Amino acid sequence: MSINRHFNILDYTLQSLLRRKFKNIGIIIVFTFVIFITGSVLLLSYSFKKEAMLMLKNSPELIIQKTMAGRHELIPVGISSEIMKIPGVSKVEPRYWGYYYDSLIKANYTILASGESLSANNRLLKGRLPGINENNTAAIGRGVSEARFLNTDSSISMQTAGGRPMDFWITGIFEADSELLTSDLIVISRADFMKLFGIPEQMATDLAVTVSNETETVVIAKKILSQFPDTRPILRSEIIRTYDAVFGWRSGLILTLFSGALIAFIILAWDKATGLSAEEKQEIGILKAIGWETSDVLEMKFWEGLVISLTSFLIGIILAYIHIFFFGASIFAPALKGWSVIYPNFKLAPYIDFYQISILMSLTIVPYIASTIIPSWKASITEPDIVMRG
Amino acid sequence: MLLHPGVIALVIGSGIVLLLILFASATGIRIINRWDIKSSSEEQLDLERKTYLISTLVQYTLLFEIISLFLFIYTADDMHNILAGAMCATGSFNANPYGFPALYVKVISLFISAAWIAVNYIDNKAQDYPLIRMKYKLLLFILPLVLSEYILEIMDFRGIDPNVITSCCGVLFSEGGIGIASSLASIPVVPMVIIFYSLFAIVIVSGISVIRSGSKFYTIFFALVSGIFFIVSIASVISFISLYFYQLPSHHCPFDMLQAEYYYTGYPLYFSLFMGSFFGMMTGIIELFKHIPSLSSVIRLIQRKWALIAVCSFALFVAITLIPIIFLPFSLRGY
Repeated sequence: MSINRHFNILDYTLQSLLRRKFKNIGIIIVFTFVIFITGSVLLLSYSFKKEAMLMLKNSPELIIQKTMAGRHELIPVGISSEIMKIPGVSKVEPRYWGYYYDSLIKANYTILASGESLSANNRLLKGRLPGINENNTAAIGRGVSEARFLNTDSSISMQTAGGRPMDFWITGIFEADSELLTSDLIVISRADFMKLFGIPEQMATDLAVTVSNETETVVIAKKILSQFPDTRPILRSEIIRTYDAVFGWRSGLILTLFSGALIAFIILAWDKATGLSAEEKQEIGILKAIGWETSDVLEMKFWEGLVISLTSFLIGIILAYIHIFFFGASIFAPALKGWSVIYPNFKLAPYIDFYQISILMSLTIVPYIASTIIPSWKASITEPDIVMRG
Repeated sequence: MLLHPGVIALVIGSGIVLLLILFASATGIRIINRWDIKSSSEEQLDLERKTYLISTLVQYTLLFEIISLFLFIYTADDMHNILAGAMCATGSFNANPYGFPALYVKVISLFISAAWIAVNYIDNKAQDYPLIRMKYKLLLFILPLVLSEYILEIMDFRGIDPNVITSCCGVLFSEGGIGIASSLASIPVVPMVIIFYSLFAIVIVSGISVIRSGSKFYTIFFALVSGIFFIVSIASVISFISLYFYQLPSHHCPFDMLQAEYYYTGYPLYFSLFMGSFFGMMTGIIELFKHIPSLSSVIRLIQRKWALIAVCSFALFVAITLIPIIFLPFSLRGY
């Protein structure tokens, strides 16, 4: 019985919304746009976060960098045997990486010397990685190969620190799936790396420390710091925390910048809801004359708000989803990604959860509904006789 | 930390709730002062119309409060990543002294606004609106709650400093700690299990007596027991129920079960508990209105209905807690 009543009121509401198509479609379009923008920002920042977390999961628990005068310095490989002596440390691996500016295409490459940990996941590679002692060979990322029109079995030339050219035979190209990580990457052997950048023997960029029990990482980091006060241990959890804060902060900033548009929309909604046309007033008057109560009219207005906001919400969030995960977030990515010349052209893994949806609802539907309460009440207390008399 | 999207959403949401309640209270004061059902003046007519507005406002407030409660827990959970040492929502709530009070005030204002809607529902059943003054006084009680909720929330988020090391749930709910939450976790499991299930039996029996006889004694008793059962249930969730959900003898966190990793079991669990306790307590509270002639027969019917809802919800709640205990291999027998 009582459920039927609500259905009938909903049914009536839908009919009456359809009768005033143009006014309502106008609101729905604007509302959809607001939800689309807000939703895109949220979906993008959360999927970046997710992506970053997935990447960092396999990174070492602890990275030791040397600092000099507050700047990152090369670290002597010799101290790794000292670090190995600390109980709980299971492996210390020197890492060799750096950036190379290619004046030809005006972009930076990330250069990495191949090590043990790299060869483990070469599923993402077409071809093969250069061997640890294999000189003058390289594996390159897709971004590099496209920018320099390179393929396997061709060669790339780079300039050493001393100004002499150095050629690398390309043995492999990273697949598109790993583009976020590998787009601007060039992997070469350790000896070549030292030669290219002129790094003295027994020095490395930093040390990756593997810890057997993750909960001991902090203690080990403290021990390393007290033993080598000129180093800077970076915990994986610290990196994760920073990424999280940065993406949260960036998306919050964009949302704040966007709040002007949100407020404009709320004013529009308020205005549309307040400005009842004579026709609508008459309709409510007639409804009340044939026995509708104030609460029924209020319920009708509630359904009206719900239908409009849910329709816009669904369209908006579907469009945002398509924008982010099929078109690679073309509108917002530059603001959230940071800058680089060789942009990784990646597809984000779709990621959406209740949390994002409830944030989006609080940011859009709640203000909309709240702004229409008082106008709907004003409409619902319309006196039939006054309206019908004109 | 005010630029986190979840925080922006919460602050906007609570701000809107505050505005709605502020507006409703201002009108409520006029009704308390000027209401005269016998009068047929224009002012009285206007006030009668305003009652519709206020009840709509409070209904939306309740809806927004429910969304915002879950959003608050979710945001706390989402923020644990940026707090060193925090591993779940508990850690973020603990990051400063305003986190837990904000959560408590949120739960209380949720209950009170639901109670307001219940009283309003009963009041509308009678022709002469006998509860109208009482109703609007209750509304004035919601205002400070919502206001303090808003202030606490902002203080909490302002105070969250991404570098502070907080105690995460592993520390807070570990047996050696001090404070309410950890003393709950250290309640020995066996007595807690006995208290929980015997109290459940008492609740169900008294609930059924309310449905069948409806004497004053039973309803008041049922309301009291429902209230106690709410507290005991939260304590039991922290003490032993959560252990079965997480399959870990040391993980006492009451918030993690709202996450996808645990199949969102927290939602039906807490929803049924809140429903049961709310309707259970309300059956006793409306007993106070039974002496009003225009309400006495209505209240009898409503009490039976609400007692039935409460009993079913409590039964559902206990059934959900039993699922992992019965069907999952984890056992606390060794502890």
